Amino acid sequence: MVEEIGTTAEGDLIINVGPQHPATHGVLHLVLTLSGETIKKVEPHLGYIHRSIEKMCESLTYRQFIYVTSRMDYLSSHINNHACALTVEKAMQIEVPQRAQYIRVIMDELTRIASHELWWGAMAMDLGAFTPFFHAFRERETITDIMEKTCGARLTMNYMVPGGVMVDLHPDFQKDVKSFIQLYKSKFEEYNELVTGNIIFQNRMKGIGVLSKEDAISYGCSGPVARASGVNCDIRKLYPYEIYSQLEFDEVLDTAGDSFARYMVRLKEMQQSIRIVEQLIDYIPEGEFQAKTKAVLKLPKGEFYQRVETARGELGVYIVSEGGTTPYRIKFRSPGFSNLSALEHMVKGLKIGDLVAAMGTLDLVIPDIDR
Amino acid sequence: MFSLEGITNMIHEWLNNHFNATIALLTEFVLVGVAAIALFAVLGLVLVWMERKVAAVMQIRLGPNRVGPKGIFQTTADTLKLIMKEGLTPDGADKFLFNLAPYIVMIVAMLILAPIAFAKNFQIWDINIGVLYLSAVSSLSVIGILMAGWASNNKYSLLGAMRSGAQIVSYELSAGLSVISIVIMTGSLSINDIILSQQDGWWIFKGHIPAIISFVIFMIAVTAETNRAPFDLAEAESELTAGFHTEYSGMKFALFFLAEYINIFIVCAIGATLFFGGWMPLHVGHWQSFNHVMDYIPSSVWFFGKTIGLIFLIMWFRWTFPRLRIDQLLNLEWKYLLPISMLNLILMTIVAIMGWHF
Repeated sequence: MVEEIGTTAEGDLIINVGPQHPATHGVLHLVLTLSGETIKKVEPHLGYIHRSIEKMCESLTYRQFIYVTSRMDYLSSHINNHACALTVEKAMQIEVPQRAQYIRVIMDELTRIASHELWWGAMAMDLGAFTPFFHAFRERETITDIMEKTCGARLTMNYMVPGGVMVDLHPDFQKDVKSFIQLYKSKFEEYNELVTGNIIFQNRMKGIGVLSKEDAISYGCSGPVARASGVNCDIRKLYPYEIYSQLEFDEVLDTAGDSFARYMVRLKEMQQSIRIVEQLIDYIPEGEFQAKTKAVLKLPKGEFYQRVETARGELGVYIVSEGGTTPYRIKFRSPGFSNLSALEHMVKGLKIGDLVAAMGTLDLVIPDIDR
Repeated sequence: MFSLEGITNMIHEWLNNHFNATIALLTEFVLVGVAAIALFAVLGLVLVWMERKVAAVMQIRLGPNRVGPKGIFQTTADTLKLIMKEGLTPDGADKFLFNLAPYIVMIVAMLILAPIAFAKNFQIWDINIGVLYLSAVSSLSVIGILMAGWASNNKYSLLGAMRSGAQIVSYELSAGLSVISIVIMTGSLSINDIILSQQDGWWIFKGHIPAIISFVIFMIAVTAETNRAPFDLAEAESELTAGFHTEYSGMKFALFFLAEYINIFIVCAIGATLFFGGWMPLHVGHWQSFNHVMDYIPSSVWFFGKTIGLIFLIMWFRWTFPRLRIDQLLNLEWKYLLPISMLNLILMTIVAIMGWHF
């Protein structure tokens, strides 16, 4: 007969969600302690996709290590590459040509939109609605095609290199991006009709998984998760890099801190990204796309840190150099890891369905948490 | 004119002319059984294909299109694959109950088929308490689901079965109450009488607002009873992987899967019978010539047309709505649907007593 295994002394059920589970979007492993349907404890177990990226980087040169970082947060690989390139440029004081800066920012923002699109579909799928996934992919596919034309890749771009970008833009780039913006604007209302306005969806999201401003700060949350709780943390505004300081865009903030706020922040962020791309796309200056750099890069002795805003939050790259061609130590501060740590606080006392919904709004990418 | 009634009468006469009455009756039993099983298989295949095509249209893709024209043999191929797969029984499972559960779910689905009228005079069993029989037998399917969830010895299955138990037991109330409101109008529990009472118009048109309210409640309740999205908490793919049938594989899984679609067909058939007149063509009061033209469409076409329309509605729900949470699900039933359907029942009774319906 059925045995009494996997229960605590109080008779609570211990259940493994993952490492293979449809809701964890990867190999995240959560150990839940449940009393009936109510969650008492959430314990993330990490390490299933640990590839020692930081250790690998120690034996790679400053030109090579960027390629590995595409595999961290694979949904914003452009931005990861960007962060690494920026750190190396900062250390070596390389002046990046204007054209390259424009290209980088446009690519970053397109990546952000693509990443949020995928999140939107996947989160709706967590809530049991399958259709939005396909609608999100329709637009995301267009961005991926644009990327493919210029970078030759669709997911792990490896496009940004120290000193600029690897190759010049594809001749069709501006035309394609403009037609994407047109498409996106015409379809955006569909998102609200299909998901945002749905009464079931709103009931599932509002007031669920609340993260207060203080908690968001103390857990080290960043990106849309923290901004939904009212924390001013957009690196593009606080510590502008590249040409972000000259651009007009709003830092999307919300105060509710619940799942719905996180949802709305991401939706609005997509529109802000569109705004940024619109400002730049017609004015990409002519000129070099890459600064003249030596074939072998050598960083001066010292410690260098650069942070950027990825689609998920603040990504920090910390390089310790001893003056050689490879870093002595590299540390990545990934947004997903800190955001995941707030999960237990958010969902304690809620139902299993809420765990899945709240986890969906955290927008976790597991290879970003486990590097 | 083509009618199913003619075929059954012909077979009946032929059997009675060539054999004695007992053998003829036994042969008819066997024929009905075979026909029911064949209908099951065909319905299962067609509805799964239909669901995949409906989903594809909603999700801007093509859906199955490789096996046969428009992929109509895709589900046949899938079923063949499932039959050939090994039916695993987990080590810790209660083997007897584990293997029994899918058959219980399936048998219950087959039993409900008995009083449904597929066409004019084409009904397996015109029992005089047809509606009561339907609601009584349909509540048995929860036993199969609970059995599957408990016997699997899997926590996901157990949670799914728990949810399903709470859900089906609650939603049966409003489904039952909305069915009763039509019974009040008709004054009979027999399916045949209910259909015949809609000779001059379907109840959804004749019964004023109360009929429309009970139809809406009926559709919500049966969607929940068949464990379909947005009430698919028993399966809840993103939460419980597959809910109560997580541990099932091969044909045992296929039986659950098939039973789901048969149940959809049955509840939609009941809905069509109660609110849209079953096989009764669209008749409007005293418009003799219009009614006469409508009668030319065979009654089986009317029945299947209405049923498939309602099935499409339920599929439409599934592919557009997100899932409810368990407490919201029970709130919806106990705090909203049940009080509304009770009030509606009173309203319906008043309408019936005063004779306000058409």
